[in-house]
Amino acid sequence: MNIVISRLAQAVTVALLVGAATFAMMRSLPGDAAWRIAAGRYGYDNVDAAAAEAVRAELGLGGHWFPAFLSWMGDLLRLDFGRSLVSGQPVIDEIAHQLGASLWLALAAVGLSLVIGPPLGILAGLRPGSLFDRALLVISAAFKAVPQFLMALILILVLSVQMGWLPAAGYGQPRHFILPALALALGLAAVNARIARDAMASVAAQPFYAFAEWKGLSRAQVLWRHGLRNVSVPLLTYLGLQFVLLVEGVVVIESNVGWPGIGHALVHAVFARDVPMVQGTALMLGLGFVLVNALIDLLAARIDPRGAR
Amino acid sequence: MPLSQNVFAAALVGLCLAFPAVAQTRIDVAAPFEIQSPEPSTTGHIFLRMGIVETLVDADPEGRLLPALATEWSASEDGLTWRFTLRDGVMFHDDTPMTPDAVVNALEIARAKPGPLAGLPIAAITSEEGAIVITLTEPRAALPAFLAEARGQILAPAAYGVDGQAVAVIGTGPYRLTELAPPLSLRATAFEGYWGDAPHAADVSYTAVSRAETRALMAESGDADFVFNLDPATVTRLSRSDAVSVHSVAIPRALLLKVNAAHPLLDSAEARRALSLAIDRAGLAQAVLRYPEGADQLFPPAMGDWHDATLPPLSYDPEAARALLGELGWTPGADGILTRDGARFALTLTTYPDRPELPLVAAVLEQQFREVGVDLTINSTNSSEIPAGHQAGTLELGLLARNFALVPDPIGTILSDYAPVGDWGAMGWENAEIVALAQALARGEGSTEDRARITAILQAELPVIPIAWYQQTLAARAGLDGVVIDPWERSFGLPGLRLAP
Repeated sequence: MNIVISRLAQAVTVALLVGAATFAMMRSLPGDAAWRIAAGRYGYDNVDAAAAEAVRAELGLGGHWFPAFLSWMGDLLRLDFGRSLVSGQPVIDEIAHQLGASLWLALAAVGLSLVIGPPLGILAGLRPGSLFDRALLVISAAFKAVPQFLMALILILVLSVQMGWLPAAGYGQPRHFILPALALALGLAAVNARIARDAMASVAAQPFYAFAEWKGLSRAQVLWRHGLRNVSVPLLTYLGLQFVLLVEGVVVIESNVGWPGIGHALVHAVFARDVPMVQGTALMLGLGFVLVNALIDLLAARIDPRGAR
Repeated sequence: MPLSQNVFAAALVGLCLAFPAVAQTRIDVAAPFEIQSPEPSTTGHIFLRMGIVETLVDADPEGRLLPALATEWSASEDGLTWRFTLRDGVMFHDDTPMTPDAVVNALEIARAKPGPLAGLPIAAITSEEGAIVITLTEPRAALPAFLAEARGQILAPAAYGVDGQAVAVIGTGPYRLTELAPPLSLRATAFEGYWGDAPHAADVSYTAVSRAETRALMAESGDADFVFNLDPATVTRLSRSDAVSVHSVAIPRALLLKVNAAHPLLDSAEARRALSLAIDRAGLAQAVLRYPEGADQLFPPAMGDWHDATLPPLSYDPEAARALLGELGWTPGADGILTRDGARFALTLTTYPDRPELPLVAAVLEQQFREVGVDLTINSTNSSEIPAGHQAGTLELGLLARNFALVPDPIGTILSDYAPVGDWGAMGWENAEIVALAQALARGEGSTEDRARITAILQAELPVIPIAWYQQTLAARAGLDGVVIDPWERSFGLPGLRLAP
């Protein structure tokens, strides 16, 4: 219960901070907002003084920052995100569409990384110092070192262009998920595998682990009953941190494979000075971070054998 | 670990087989433009290119105007009253007929928004039996061409909300929108009630893919049948592929350097000519754009009368550039940069990364200008900084790609850019002769010689410095027949495309 209350308080704080920070940042960006919005709306061939003036008149830009800040905070409290200055569509609709696309991609990536990384890490952790352990160290370091956009390009070249197995880009069908999710998952799995390996190695070195073997349990039983739960706690905690990496990766990969996600939306909104979109997306990402960490806290508290009564 | 790798590969193959590709009945288009909303003023060009909406007037690749929703048009003797006869039996996609009132409604809404129609001297648009009448306050011979522009598209009255913003795309084109998923995709299917020939392919889809590399890979892997706008490096690679055919055509768009002619360093034609002489256009075109040659005058040969093949070409001669600058009193300083009365020849060049070749060209220009002692600082930023800098008078140099055919008659762009100045054209420069010539041409009074005279003045005065003429490129899947590139950037030509079985 305490976790829930403290996380709720955290969510409110994050919302206020993100709201104030995005407001301040968007206000302090150089350049005239009416021009930027006009460029975002009409494109470089058609942005001119007439277009910028039309935007200025329509949106009533300018004026002192303080009333604008109060009205933005008021909208925030009423959960009214307003309309995109560029497309004119309600921000909440755009975010729902784009957040959904990103969320599914992120979940697929995390799921895939958990299938790939931890099993390999546990295998290595059970035999620390073995050839497999050392090989995994090299491989995971290599995969972690490859930037995600490069990983996506390599996968597109191999799996789409050479093999013809998967679409190079696109969105809408299940098969479109595999490539971008894999590109994200390989980087995540590289780290997952290391965490699982270290956790497994340290658990296996504990006296209670040896004791479980002495009392006659098979290796599989020991791993199942005494290993996995202990390994999963640091893994889960790290998953919360990986969310940041994941958001970063999603932003890059989305533009690589033409994915209509929130990262893509945020980048475009910043360029086009689409303040309501930037505020809405930043807020959603901030709250998402709190939510993911709250869920992980709750889950970790349940799983950790030390917390069980 | 071969075992786990094999398992992994097998799982991947299994996943792929679980979602087999279906037999193709749809043409998938990939292009860089993002979809914002149903609104014609922002996204209308995509709906027009996809054959979902139509305009009153169409244009063929040579720029000749063709009937579309209007079958014919004529102007009164004084050029002030234009009558457009509307096509009979045209239905909107919501199965309502296209009435003269609906056309007037669409055009009135369009000209209240920013765009080429807003700049026309229109007094009134009224409806008649089977026609609309546009009354002007001064003659505009190119009026029909303006009505071929994407933002003059005709949507059903039900497509617009109370504020005039479109809430749905209810056009008259051969394809009817079935799914609109901003920002990246839409789908459309053949419209049964279309007035013209039914399109060959029953379904079309559009995907916005902003990265040129990804678009090229989609063409290679067969994920898109029609990939619009390729980057230069890709063209070379895709040309060798059997899976796709690469098409390209010269378009009325030029890469040019906009010069602030009121700036103390740039206020003489000699100084601008010196900068022009410092540019190795052929080298730049071959290295960055992979074109055989650069531009030796502003308007490309694709622009008919506006291009004058007899004009002495702009050339590359850094020696002459240094000599010209020397005559203007500039002498090289210790670091090789020219100085005059203690001031350095240092300028800021503003450009934008929306077109990926621009920052690359800017980097090459920086080196070429340094050769003659001009110090360039590159500011690659939002595209609006160029028109905004023009308005504020702060822009020094702007590197940009200008489309001379926003309207399929270049006089529209000439008027807005050079008669006398424009956000994307001349700055701090005025030439009364060009203004008079352009206005006469706009009224429909000019001749071929007048166009050549405009071109010659621009060549002598260099209010903008031409660098290269663009090619439009696209990749089509092998077996896709009937590919035509529209140099006016209005249409993908989807109804004429035939999918090989």
